Amino acid sequence: MSYYDPKDLRKFGDITEWSEELGSKFFDYYGKVFEEGALTAREKSLIALAVAHTEQCPYCIDAYTKDSLQRGVTKEEMMEAVHVGAAIKSGATLVHGVMMMNKVNKLDG
Amino acid sequence: MTKIKTQSLHKRESDLAQSNRQLEILSNGIFKTGELPTFAQKIKETNQFPLQPKKLEILQINVGYMCNQVCEHCHVDAGPDRKEIMTVETMQQCLEVIKNTGATTLDLTGGAPEMNPNFRWFVEEASKAGIQDFIVRSNLTIIRANKKYYDLPEFFKKHNVHVVSSMPHWTRGKTDKQRGDGVFDKSIKALQDLNAVGYGLPGSDLKLDLVYNPTGAFLPGDQASMEKDFKKALMDDFGIQFHNLFAITNLPISRFLDYLIASENYEDYMYSLVEAYNPAAVANVMCTNTISISWDGWLYDCDFNQMLDLKVASKVQHIKDYNEDLLNNRDIIISQHCYGCTAGAGSSCQGAVAE
Repeated sequence: MSYYDPKDLRKFGDITEWSEELGSKFFDYYGKVFEEGALTAREKSLIALAVAHTEQCPYCIDAYTKDSLQRGVTKEEMMEAVHVGAAIKSGATLVHGVMMMNKVNKLDG
Repeated sequence: MTKIKTQSLHKRESDLAQSNRQLEILSNGIFKTGELPTFAQKIKETNQFPLQPKKLEILQINVGYMCNQVCEHCHVDAGPDRKEIMTVETMQQCLEVIKNTGATTLDLTGGAPEMNPNFRWFVEEASKAGIQDFIVRSNLTIIRANKKYYDLPEFFKKHNVHVVSSMPHWTRGKTDKQRGDGVFDKSIKALQDLNAVGYGLPGSDLKLDLVYNPTGAFLPGDQASMEKDFKKALMDDFGIQFHNLFAITNLPISRFLDYLIASENYEDYMYSLVEAYNPAAVANVMCTNTISISWDGWLYDCDFNQMLDLKVASKVQHIKDYNEDLLNNRDIIISQHCYGCTAGAGSSCQGAVAE
């Protein structure tokens, strides 16, 4: 058995039951964030999809793959978004290499 | 990934070619156990049961199930192997109704309606009735299928027909996945032909609207945003213009139901529909202002009920006995497929029905 059950995604709203005020505030905020604004809802969906991958959240990947499809996003666009996330993740790792280099130079330069 | 089939469910003698089997699936499982509410239970919550007609606005006539395409999602189960075609006699009965109806829209559909051998005669005669909005649902590729159809854009123009055509995406891959290999290229050429005679141009009275329905087990996005994306892509890539985009939800019947079951998406899809239920959409749902007429003259609340063989609950059930006042005094027949028309902004043959 997996720790993750895809059906649990349907129960996401239930978190409000044990903390109504905080849960409701979160969902209000969440809903507002994804409305059309300076960014289109389509652009936001792609950002969410990329972040879902960097966070490695299976629920979010499920939700935003479907959301992207609903907004007419193509699989090529989705994969590019995932690469953007991956590039930032690997870049974030590699840029710390400078820290390593600095330390080596200080200790053994 | 599923591969597009080249024969109708009827030809393949699939269980799902039978409307009873489809209705059984829609009434059992998660709806029988109470995991999800039935459509009747749902609309009772907002006192909208029984669903009843408002003023009749649209007469939708299905002139036959024959089609040159075998689309993956087709709720008609149409295809080249379907031989059900409206006869001249039934067309004449329809013409009598068209002359006297209070409806303001006449909507011809199929199959590919153009494949009915008497299609042109019927359009010529029907257009004489001077109905306000005369729609033909053209699948586009028929215009490029054979030389005898090449002049359809001119023919439509001559009779001031409002052309409504399916286009599931602005990319080749997604379109061909749903509608078959080569459909995208032919559709693009047909749209260019329609534009060339004046259809779809800004300010033109020759109305050209596109219908978008999702290529898989998900609901359509916001109609206005999709229209913007379609317009930009079709103009940038092919110089094509059109007026409105109608976003339509795939209803879980016929070939789309077959696809949902085969791809193990049925339950999730029904959850999506029920979760997206919008009581505001119920008030304007298509069956409240439409009568659907089948190729053999039977009357239905909508095209979907026609495919499920759910005839109107009225003393008048056939075009030969047509009586608008009697028909308007009926309850609309519902089942779980109706959730498809009430999800999100709602869905009808004219697209979204609620804000």
